[in-house]
Amino acid sequence: MHIVIIGNGIAGITTARHVRKLSDHQITVISSESEYFFSRTALMYIYMGHMKFEHTQPYENWFWKKNRIDLVFDRVTELDTDAKTLQLKTGKSINYDKLVLALGSVPRPLPTPGANLKGVQPLYSKQDLEQLEETTKGVKQAVVIGGGLIGIELAEMLHSRGIHVTMAVREKSYWDIVLPKEEAEMISKHIKARGIDLRLDTLVGSIHGAEKVDAVTLNTGETLACQFVGATIGVMPNIKFVEDSPIETNRGILVDEHLQTNIEDVFAIGDCAEIRTPDPGRRPIEAVWYTGRIMGETLAETLCGTPTPYRPGIWYNSAKFMDLEYQTYGQVPTTYEEDLDSLYWEDIVAERCLRIVYEKATKKVKGFNALGLRLRHELCDEWIAREQSLAYVLEHLEQLDFDPEFYTNYLSKAKANLEAIA
Amino acid sequence: MQKAGIIAVLIGFGVFLTLPFITRHTLNEQLVAKEFGQEETSTLVSRELEPWFGKPLSSWKLISEIDKTIGNVNAEIVKRYALTSTDIDHLVELAKSQKLDEKHIEGLWGAFNFKTQSFMSYGSWLIGRSFNSDEELRNNIEQVANNITQYEVIPKKGIDTYVAKTLKYTLAKHSITGFVAANPFLLLFLTFGLSALGGLLMLTTFTKEPAGIKNNGIYFHPAKSRKWLGIIIGTLLIAFYIILYFYPQYMTGWIRMVDPISYLLSGNEAGQFFLYGLMYTVSVLVMGARMMAKYRHNRYQLVRTGSVMFFQTLFAFLIPEILVRLNQPYFDFKNAWPLNYDFFFDFNLNRLIASGNLGLFMLVWGIALSFIGVPLLTYFYGKRWYCSWVCGCGGLAETVGDPFRQLSDKSLRAWKIERVSIYSVLVFAVVMTIGVLYTYFTGSGELLGINTYSMRQVYGAFIGAGFAGVVGTGFYPFMGNRVWCRFGCPLAAYMGIVQRFKSRFRITTNGGQCISCGNCSTYCEMGIDVRSYAQRGENIVRASCVGCGVCAAVCPRGVLKLENVPVNTRVNTTNFVKR
Ligand SMILES: Cc1cc2nc3c(=O)[nH]c(=O)nc-3n(C[C@H](O)[C@H](O)[C@H](O)COP(=O)(O)OP(=O)(O)OC[C@H]3O[C@@H](n4cnc5c(N)ncnc54)[C@H](O)[C@@H]3O)c2cc1C
Ligand code: SF4
Ligand code: SF4
Repeated sequence: MHIVIIGNGIAGITTARHVRKLSDHQITVISSESEYFFSRTALMYIYMGHMKFEHTQPYENWFWKKNRIDLVFDRVTELDTDAKTLQLKTGKSINYDKLVLALGSVPRPLPTPGANLKGVQPLYSKQDLEQLEETTKGVKQAVVIGGGLIGIELAEMLHSRGIHVTMAVREKSYWDIVLPKEEAEMISKHIKARGIDLRLDTLVGSIHGAEKVDAVTLNTGETLACQFVGATIGVMPNIKFVEDSPIETNRGILVDEHLQTNIEDVFAIGDCAEIRTPDPGRRPIEAVWYTGRIMGETLAETLCGTPTPYRPGIWYNSAKFMDLEYQTYGQVPTTYEEDLDSLYWEDIVAERCLRIVYEKATKKVKGFNALGLRLRHELCDEWIAREQSLAYVLEHLEQLDFDPEFYTNYLSKAKANLEAIA
Repeated sequence: MQKAGIIAVLIGFGVFLTLPFITRHTLNEQLVAKEFGQEETSTLVSRELEPWFGKPLSSWKLISEIDKTIGNVNAEIVKRYALTSTDIDHLVELAKSQKLDEKHIEGLWGAFNFKTQSFMSYGSWLIGRSFNSDEELRNNIEQVANNITQYEVIPKKGIDTYVAKTLKYTLAKHSITGFVAANPFLLLFLTFGLSALGGLLMLTTFTKEPAGIKNNGIYFHPAKSRKWLGIIIGTLLIAFYIILYFYPQYMTGWIRMVDPISYLLSGNEAGQFFLYGLMYTVSVLVMGARMMAKYRHNRYQLVRTGSVMFFQTLFAFLIPEILVRLNQPYFDFKNAWPLNYDFFFDFNLNRLIASGNLGLFMLVWGIALSFIGVPLLTYFYGKRWYCSWVCGCGGLAETVGDPFRQLSDKSLRAWKIERVSIYSVLVFAVVMTIGVLYTYFTGSGELLGINTYSMRQVYGAFIGAGFAGVVGTGFYPFMGNRVWCRFGCPLAAYMGIVQRFKSRFRITTNGGQCISCGNCSTYCEMGIDVRSYAQRGENIVRASCVGCGVCAAVCPRGVLKLENVPVNTRVNTTNFVKR
C-alpha cells in the first residue's frame, strides 16, 4: 500500500514515522517548503541567533532513507480523488492508495490598506523567515499588528536585533481572548517592561509608503514611522488547494473522529483539519504543535489497520512571552460567571501566577494556568482527569512543582495564600 | 561599559602576548656555574656562552644559543670520552689476531679509565668471542662504540635531552633581567589586572538587560560560531598549551611576572604550572562571574557556578600552595583518580608515605574518594556532583567555556566516536595504573611484556597533556567546551557507567510539552540530543550528561527538570507521546 502525505510538518511527519513503526507500507511525504522536517516553532530562534536552521531539524538527514520514508521536495498542484493521483509542480504525478492532507495553516491576510507594500509581511514559513531577514535589513522601527502568539514572537525577534517595536493589539489586554484578565495584564506589563511599545485597544488603519512601507496610521489618528510591518493577525487552515476538489471544507478540512474526510482514503490532520464533532472541552480547529502530533500518532494506527478515534485527552498548551513562561492545562475560561470559578495567586514582583479552575457546585478541579512557574504535566492531567477536589489539589499543590532545583518554592507560597482564600 | 571592558581585555591580552617578546635575559658566569652541577660541562658551557655574558638577549636568541652550546659541548665531550676511530682501529687490530680479553682493554686505556669501564659494561659480550669476518668484527665494535656514546658518554659526562630541557628552562627563567624582572607588579596589573577588570566590565552586557536567557546573536558572533575570532582564540589556546607542556623555556617572562605571588603563597619561585594555575583560577573566577550574570534568574546555575569557582580557587589553587608553604606535600583534595592519573605513581606514593600523618591521610583520602566517594555520590546525585560542581576541568568548561557550549557535535556519529574514545582512555588509565602499581610492588618494570615506564610516559604526553590540555581546551572554539570531558576523561567514563546503570539522577521530561524546538540539544555541551528524548516524552538517562542544567534553563516550554528520584522509577516515560 502506498501512503502519500502532503505536508512535512509535525502532523505529516509524525504520521509517516508511526506508519513506518507499525507497518511496511510505502510512504511518500511531499512538501514544497523544505527538504527535511524542521520545527516551525523554532523559526524565531534562528532569527535571534540562538540556533541555525539545521538545529531546528529534529532528525538527522540520514534518518529518512534509513526508515524508508521517501521525501519529495515539490508542490502538489492538483488532486484527483477519483483516479487517486496527485499532480506535482515539476510535472511528475504520483498515485496513492491513502492520502493524508497535513497542509498546515496560512497566515490570515491583512485587510488593511497598504498591506501589499514592500516591508509588510507575515511569519509562518521558512520562506517568510528568509524574507524577514531581507526586509528587516537596516530597519530601525517596526510595527507588529496582532496580539497572538506569533505576534509576540515576531516582536521579540525584532527587538533582539535592536529594532524598536510597536505592537498594535486590538484587545484591551494582551491576548485576552484566551487569557483571564490578570494573566493578560501580567503579560502586558512584562512585554512593556522589556521595551516593547505595546499599544492595546489599537488598530492599524492604514499602511503608507511609496513602494516600501514608511509609516502606519493608527485608529487613534497617530502616525508611526516604521520601515517594517509584521502582519500577524492569526492563521487559518490551508485549504485553498482542496477547494476545487470534492473534499468537504468549512473553515478547515472537515474530518470525522477517525480523521477521514468525506472522501474515502483521504484524511486530514494538523492545522488544516476541522473536527466535525470535537470532544467536550476541545475546539474543532486547534492549530498547535501538540494536536498535530497526536493526530499523526492516531492516524498512523488507523492507516495500519487499527481504526482509532482521535481522543486528544485533556487540553494543554504552553508558550513563552519574552522571558515569561506560560503553561495551561484543562479548561481555563477568560471569565467566570456560570458554573466555573477560580482561585488566583500572583506575585507581581517576581512575575509568577497560578490559577486553579474548579466547578462551583462540586469543587472539582478543571484546569490550571501558570505564568513564571513550571508545572508537572502528568499530575495536572491526572488530577483533572480524576476530577480531584479543590481541597485535595491545594493540599498537594507543591507536588506540581517542576521548576529547576534551588528555585524559590512559589507553589508553597501560593498554597498558603490560596488556602487562606478558599 | 562593555566598550571599556573590551578595550581593557584587548590591552591585557596584548601586553600578555607581547611579554615573551620583550623579555630579556642576561647570562653570567655564576649563573651558568650554578645551573650546571658538573664542573667539566659547566666550564665548557661557560666557555661557549662567554661572548654573551652581560648582554641582554631575547628568549629566542638565548635558547638558540643554549641549544648551539649544548651541541658543541656534547661534541667536545664525545671527543674526550667516546671511542675514537683510532680506538676502534686498535681494537679491531687486536681482535683480529686473538680473542679479546679484559687485559687487552686495560692495556689500551688503563684500568680505571672511563673508556675501559664503559667498554666493559657495553662491550663485554665481545670478550672471548671469535668472528667470521673482519667486517663483522668491525661492525660489532662500532656498534658498541655508538652505544657507549649514546648511553654512557652523553648522559654521564655531557648533557642529555632531558637535562637539556630543564637547563634551558631554568637558565632562561633565572637569567631574566631588565624591564620584566624589574616590574612584575606593573606587568601583573597590565595583564591579569586589565584582563580581569575588562572581563568584569564586559559582563554588564548581561546585567543591563532584564534577567532571562541570553542567547541572542550567538550564531552571528565571530567567536561563538566558529568564525574568524573563534579560529584566532582556538589557535592561541592551542599554541599556549603546546608551549606550556612542551616548550616552557619560551614562557619564562610570564612565569617571572607571577613569581611574587608564588613567593607569597608557597614561598617558592613560580614554575610554569603555577602560572597556569593562576591563569586558570583567575579565568574561572572572572568568567564564573559572567556565567552568574548571564544566568542570574536561575538559582541552580548560580549555586553550581559558585561551587566550581570555590573549588577551583580553594582546593585546586590555594590549598596545595599553602600546603607547600607548610612543608607538606602539594595535594589537590578534590582531584580523583583516574582523572588524577599520577596518583598511584611511585613518586606520589613515596612522597605521601614519607610525609607523616597528613601524607597518609592524603593517601587514604585519595583512595577513598575514588573508590567510595565517587560511586556513592554519583549514585545519589549523578556525575554532576563532580563534573559541574567540583571538577577543575569542568569548572573551566562551565565558565570560560560557556560561550562555546553550542559547538558540540550532536550527531549520532559523534556519539559513537565518543563511546569508543572515552572508554578506551578509561581502559588505558586503568591498565597503566595497574602496571605502575605492579612495578611499585614488585620492582619489575615490565607487565605482560609492556614497559610500565613508557606506558605512563605515553599516557602523560598523549592523554594528560595532549588530550586534556591541548585538545581539551584549545578546541573550545571548534568543538565546544567539553571535548575532554566528553571524549577523553577517564573519571567521567567511570562515573558515566554508574550514572547510566545505577543512579538516582535523571532529567525528567514534562509530559507532552516539548515542541521539538532544539534549544536543549543545541546548548547541551556534551552533545546529547536532548530533544530526541524530550519529544518522545522520554526521560533522559545518559552516561555522558554532566548535569549542567543548561538544557532545562534554555527550554522555552519548561519541559526539562534535573532530578534525583528513586532508581526504579527513573526511566519511566509519560503516556502523552507515543513512541
Ligand atoms: C512562528 C510560529 C511559532 C509557533 N509556535 C508554536 C508553539 O510554541 N507551540 C505550539 O503548539 N504551536 C506553535 N505554532 C503552531 C505550530 O507550529 C503549528 O500548529 C504546526 O506546525 C502545524 O503543523 P502541521 O503539520 O499541521 O502543518 P505545517 O507545519 O504548516 O506543515 C504543512 C506543510 O505542508 C506544506 N504544504 C501545504 N500545501 C502543500 C502542497 N500543496 N504541496 C506541497 N506542500 C504543501 C507546507 O508548505 C508546510 O510545509 C507556531 C507557529 C508559528 C508559525
Ligand atoms: S543533557 Fe542537559 S544537563 Fe546534561 S549535559 Fe546536556 S545540557 Fe547539561
Ligand atoms: S528545548 Fe524544550 S521544547 Fe525545545 S526541544 Fe528541548 S525539550 Fe523540547
